[in-house]
Amino acid sequence: MVEFTLPKNSKLTEGKVWPKPAGATNLREFRVYRWNPDDGRNPRVDTFFVDLDDCGPMVLDALLWIKNTIDPTLTLRRSCREGVCGSCAMNIDGLNTLACTKGMDEIKGPVKVYPLPHLPVIKDLVPDLTNFYAQHRSIEPWLKTSTPTPQKEWRQSREDRAKLDGLYECILCASCSTSCPSYWWNDQRYLGPAVLLQAYRWLIDSRDEATGERLDELEDPFRLYRCHTIMNCSNTCPKHLNPAKAIAEIKKMLVERRM
Amino acid sequence: MTLTNGTDAPSVRRGSYSITDHAFDVVVVGAGGAGLRATLGASEAGLKTACITKVFPTRSHTVAAQGGIAASLGNMGPDDWRWHMYDTVKGSDWLGDQDAIEYLCREAPAAVYELDHYGVPFSRTEDGRIYQRPFGGHMQNMGAGPAVQRTCAAADRTGHAILHTLYGQSLNHKAEFFVEYFALDLIMQDGVCYGVMAMSMEDGSIHRFRSHKTILATGGYGRAYFSCTSAHTCTGDGNAMVLRAGLPLQDMEFVQFHPTGIYGAGCLITEGARGEGGYLVNAEGERFMERYAPSAKDLASRDVVSRAMTIEIREGRGVGKNRDHIFLHLDHLDPAVLAERLPGISESAKIFSGVDVTREPIPVLPTVHYNMGGIPTNFFGEVLCPKDGDPDAIVPGLMAVGEAACASVHGANRLGSNSLIDLVVFGRAAGLRCAETVESGSKHRPLAKDAGEFAIDRLDRLRYAAGGTPTAEARLAMQRVMQSNCAVFRTGEVLEEGRGLIKDVWAQTGDVKVYDQSLVWNSDLIETLELENLILQAVVTMESAAARAESRGAHAREDFKDRDDGNWMKHTLAWADGADRSVELDYRPVHSYTLTDEIDYIEPKARVY
Repeated sequence: MVEFTLPKNSKLTEGKVWPKPAGATNLREFRVYRWNPDDGRNPRVDTFFVDLDDCGPMVLDALLWIKNTIDPTLTLRRSCREGVCGSCAMNIDGLNTLACTKGMDEIKGPVKVYPLPHLPVIKDLVPDLTNFYAQHRSIEPWLKTSTPTPQKEWRQSREDRAKLDGLYECILCASCSTSCPSYWWNDQRYLGPAVLLQAYRWLIDSRDEATGERLDELEDPFRLYRCHTIMNCSNTCPKHLNPAKAIAEIKKMLVERRM
Repeated sequence: MTLTNGTDAPSVRRGSYSITDHAFDVVVVGAGGAGLRATLGASEAGLKTACITKVFPTRSHTVAAQGGIAASLGNMGPDDWRWHMYDTVKGSDWLGDQDAIEYLCREAPAAVYELDHYGVPFSRTEDGRIYQRPFGGHMQNMGAGPAVQRTCAAADRTGHAILHTLYGQSLNHKAEFFVEYFALDLIMQDGVCYGVMAMSMEDGSIHRFRSHKTILATGGYGRAYFSCTSAHTCTGDGNAMVLRAGLPLQDMEFVQFHPTGIYGAGCLITEGARGEGGYLVNAEGERFMERYAPSAKDLASRDVVSRAMTIEIREGRGVGKNRDHIFLHLDHLDPAVLAERLPGISESAKIFSGVDVTREPIPVLPTVHYNMGGIPTNFFGEVLCPKDGDPDAIVPGLMAVGEAACASVHGANRLGSNSLIDLVVFGRAAGLRCAETVESGSKHRPLAKDAGEFAIDRLDRLRYAAGGTPTAEARLAMQRVMQSNCAVFRTGEVLEEGRGLIKDVWAQTGDVKVYDQSLVWNSDLIETLELENLILQAVVTMESAAARAESRGAHAREDFKDRDDGNWMKHTLAWADGADRSVELDYRPVHSYTLTDEIDYIEPKARVY
């Protein structure tokens, strides 16, 4: 049975309003999703006040400021803090993005922070990405060749190399896939924009010699064709990539090989 | 010295923990460039291999490497692995072991071609070969010059390209990944490594990994400092595990400051920016590097450039309101070149300092970037610990690769783009060594009944730690001491003060308070475990620096301005005793020989750029 409302135990409740830091005059309100699997309670939204005079400009700076000075139990993934590792993808101000490159000044009003949508939550802002990673693995993301490997490098023209631009930069943060309504609906069978962009990255690599079998694997009503060009993926990508275009290119390759 | 991993008698535990046993031929800890390459190699050789990592592999800090990977391919002009070797020895200020450096430089081209065959999207030359750019300290003709284009690049995202490619390749092999598992401690018995203890962050369960070879590929510990280019996760966990196992770390006083961290944020701007023609200026608009390094100028070695910038700022020629940083100009470069070759840092400069690189200079500052020191190894990646008069005695069962290791190919100062090549050459070497020394599926030696229990005791103690100092507070105190007392320039006085201050913080870490007692994704606990790891390394760094009475590479003593080969051409070894919070130092000789007779030992001489 399709369920159109959240189950009872998933309904958001109002959480704790944490006291304002003493003496701070330049405050910013943060509304942060919290859920702890151990306490048996529903998820809730806590309110924090961040002292902007004691904190860096990014949303990640603020979340770590909260963790360091107000509530050390606040749980999130983070690593590089410069937009290349993809750890701190979350839903900020209604948009999936990286907390480390999202400036607080880009947001009006209280800063609302939720985990990436439509994934099982492990705790607070940490979602379970197991399925996402398994899907990435399923497209066999490595170079496949059959001609004998050369002594030196495979030759690749600058034009052919340029075809990988806008693709290889993907950081697997899952912002795009988890912004896609089609993926929300069919996340077990539709590969989603991030994984399809990765698939296209190998399809279009002039060194790869498995184009046919890669296309065979994708030619499926669900794996590829659940993309309905909603374009949320391209709108939300924090690296300014265009997964929707990559998907369209795959579809084009499938059409072209029939002609 | 206690040799039982520095722990006291077993304590009474408050929590209970489920323990799962695993047995592998090889266990790799860490999934950055070196860890993934070692994992690939070992599993390719048919060994049952596990890779334990606290972050999903593509989130490891190798992902942030920008400029490139050094190898004498000669795609842009003449080059030779011997020239690369000369530059690396000179860069190391003659503290590097020349047998290991020969291995690195000789194997480098094959390792890069292999990466291309794996699928790394290298930038290309007009004739379709791998594009190479100039980088600091890389010259032609055994250092005589001119500069050579040796650094193979995938735009300015080379680390990202390599890491994602290695991860993809590893999926094509049978290695088993344990993702978001935090390694706690080594299992040592009678000086032999039997495996490693780890905790699954997802549910707090404990895992005991038995292995014939345990390979530490846990990276550096930049987060011991306040301002670093390193990720939050760069806490040197393997280094600390080695110290707790009663083994020494080597050359820990050598901490590289990268000349161009973004002022304020600390994020990296690649040396490749200067390789492509960028230059530094002071408040007077002067290209001051011409004074400090007349021939290499802005492409002198990193330690040289960082010191020059620090002097400029100290003498009042810094830029900005507080005259406390330097400008990096790229605005004279063709915007098309910036877009093709430096797109990543163009974006970073925009995000973190609001600068449009085609129009304005980037505000930069020397920022902690890389640890030359680490776990002493030979060029096979086998961990060393002096024993019975043999300075190169092997610790059976234990290996280390990448930034965690000290082979030592970087000596007192690493050359830019020599890190990525270190990862893949020695990651590969470790895999090969495992293939030679481990028989697949062979029986494991019996474990002591209480093997690994101390790791759970430590975890439990910290999980319920109820002292007076929040983890974040002690961490900040440590970072500030390291930043102020163990920086670009050092004096005996400042280091002496630093020894006291950092020991105070060490004591403070015995009084931490952990707020989160849960077992599911307890990041408060993980950060506290990481703090315990960091403080050990901070203390041995400070002690090693205070003892070394000379200037060499990244270790610049204002009270001992010259290199002193007579007394100090030797590797520092530092042991830390957690029980009584003390550090012991000793030394082992630098290898004064090469690997083959294809090149002679490069005799020390003055290091001028």
